[in-house]
Amino acid sequence: MEQLLFYIFAGILLFAATMVISVRNPVHAALFLVLAFFNAAIIWVLAGAEFLGIALVVVYVGAVMVLFLFVLMMLDINTAPLREGFARYLPVGLLVALLMAVQLGAVILSERAELIGGTIPEPAADVNNIQAIGGVLYTVYVYPFEIAAVILLLAIVAAISLTLRRRGGTHQQDVAKQLSARPEERVRMVKGMSGSSEARRENQ
Amino acid sequence: MSFEMPQFSLALPEMWLLAATCGVLLVDLFSRDPQRTLTFYLTQFSLLVTAAIALGSHWGIAEITFSGHYVADSLSGVLKAAVALLAALALAYTRPYLRPRGLLQGEFYLLALFATQGMLVIASGGSLLSLYMGLELLSLSLYALVAYHRDSRQAAEAAMKYFVLGALASGILLYGMSMVYGATASLELARIAEVAAQTDDPLLLLFGMTFMLVGVAFKLGAAPFHAWVPDVYQGAPTPVTLFLSTAPKVAAVALFLRLLVDGLGPLHDQLQPMLLLLAVVSLLLGNLAAIVQTNFKRLLAYSAIAHAGFIMVGFSAGTDAGHAAALFYTIAYGIMAAAAFGLLTVLSRSGFEAEEIADLRGLNERHPVYAGVLLLVMVSMTGIPGTIGFYAKYLVLKSAVEAGLIPLAILAVVAAVIGAFYYLRVLKVAYFDRPAEGEQSAELPRPGASAAVRGVLLVNGAAVLVLGIFPERLIALCQAALGL
Repeated sequence: MEQLLFYIFAGILLFAATMVISVRNPVHAALFLVLAFFNAAIIWVLAGAEFLGIALVVVYVGAVMVLFLFVLMMLDINTAPLREGFARYLPVGLLVALLMAVQLGAVILSERAELIGGTIPEPAADVNNIQAIGGVLYTVYVYPFEIAAVILLLAIVAAISLTLRRRGGTHQQDVAKQLSARPEERVRMVKGMSGSSEARRENQ
Repeated sequence: MSFEMPQFSLALPEMWLLAATCGVLLVDLFSRDPQRTLTFYLTQFSLLVTAAIALGSHWGIAEITFSGHYVADSLSGVLKAAVALLAALALAYTRPYLRPRGLLQGEFYLLALFATQGMLVIASGGSLLSLYMGLELLSLSLYALVAYHRDSRQAAEAAMKYFVLGALASGILLYGMSMVYGATASLELARIAEVAAQTDDPLLLLFGMTFMLVGVAFKLGAAPFHAWVPDVYQGAPTPVTLFLSTAPKVAAVALFLRLLVDGLGPLHDQLQPMLLLLAVVSLLLGNLAAIVQTNFKRLLAYSAIAHAGFIMVGFSAGTDAGHAAALFYTIAYGIMAAAAFGLLTVLSRSGFEAEEIADLRGLNERHPVYAGVLLLVMVSMTGIPGTIGFYAKYLVLKSAVEAGLIPLAILAVVAAVIGAFYYLRVLKVAYFDRPAEGEQSAELPRPGASAAVRGVLLVNGAAVLVLGIFPERLIALCQAALGL
């Protein structure tokens, strides 16, 4: 049963991965990538690594790919030039693909194949994945974990310092300015024709 | 699963610097001062305190904590103090250069502080994981610093090259680490050293070691992994080049000492041929390519490659004396490079970069004091007695000869003699050449820096001389750090 499920999900994964590089519409390609991530996550769950599977869905599908889709939709990429020269690069691409296939075959057929063909070790019965990771993440690996947090802080500072520009013409909000606005600066009361459309026009 | 509560007090330098960085971040956020005076002085203060804490708390102990991820010993104390002091020295030059170019923002100092934090982590890295994390922290800050001048095409190009090659080098280093982990089943350097000393089939370890050496050589800028050095040194804004050529060099040496001495030291016999190759190629390529340069920053970049070759000579010896000599050489180089690039920042002004060698023509007539500093630095980089550069070269060569590497020592001396040519040519331009006909003296560099920064430059230049005459204490410190 588990094997059957594995082959189904692996098949969908391969199909989705192929579609990522073959569909014309980049948004569709991104959606197929989501499907591929999702199936990879399911395969991890099948293998007993449920935490990694969930993390993959939450981080990649939930956050990274959504961001990616936003970027794709905003950039309006014209994919036609990217496809030029497909026939020209095809021989080299095929050669590389063939070489990789041969190397993969050689490894699988070699004498030491039992090293990679091994079975997945059975997880300990009484402790699950998340407990196991949580047990070491904040104890044995607390120091690298803290440094990773510092790296994230650095990434925020670096990204902001490299991209934030204060130039004229942008419509950015200055909350302090908005809050300190007084009614006298914004609204001028005009006596007389209150409520009529002319008064409103005058006010503007 | 055994877990021992870490001794948090040992990591005081890192914790202090991180807290100080966050403090500077907050202070800078609310500061409207265009001079960034408070940010600047707080940064300097936190770096100086870090140096004091590091030397004070790590000297004379040898502890491993945080489940093997953190090492606190005399070496880490000296490395951290050197890194923090060199970073403070490098940052001292930055304000007069950044201000007129509209680059003076608090982020510059924050990125430098994060880079320093990364270097501290490397200095006391006890496992492959913490070393790698420290290196990434350092590298990411440096990429951002090189790209800091966003409107400069040159800087953008340099940053792109640095980033792509740097990411590749990190990947190679990580690949080597994965091999070593596969061979030893441990991330801890102490455990790796045990396994490496006992193993009778070190093939996988050697494989991993080679890749790790490539990664370290890249970070140090040793040939043939030097491709990024000239472009990045030339393209980055001068204060960034200044920072890049001082403290991160010490961090690269720290990375070598931790990874390939603490971790894979037992395999030094197999490592030595590779180190010899790196040393020879760096010495020859750096010194020969520097001869034809007309841009002073590019010349200093090639000279940095040659100096990396000298550091490699110290490593090839493989003895504690050799490592101490390499450490001393790196610190000495940091002081000299700070003065050389500091001079360039002082001579530059808005809209004018004093970076061609030709810009130095007639410097002696215009500013004899700066010419004097240039003289000291160039003489010291050549390795003439009386300056710190002489003792650096002397110790490295002595350790190489003691280890029986006499041909390498001879080659290094020959390379140094070749190097003397281009260092002395810079002095000839500064002292004996006249500005070209019809050139207004107003077009030539005139210092735009404040008196304080000029004072820093003078002290830095004097340090090259004073440490050259009384080097004993610094040498003794470096040797004691390695247990001599």
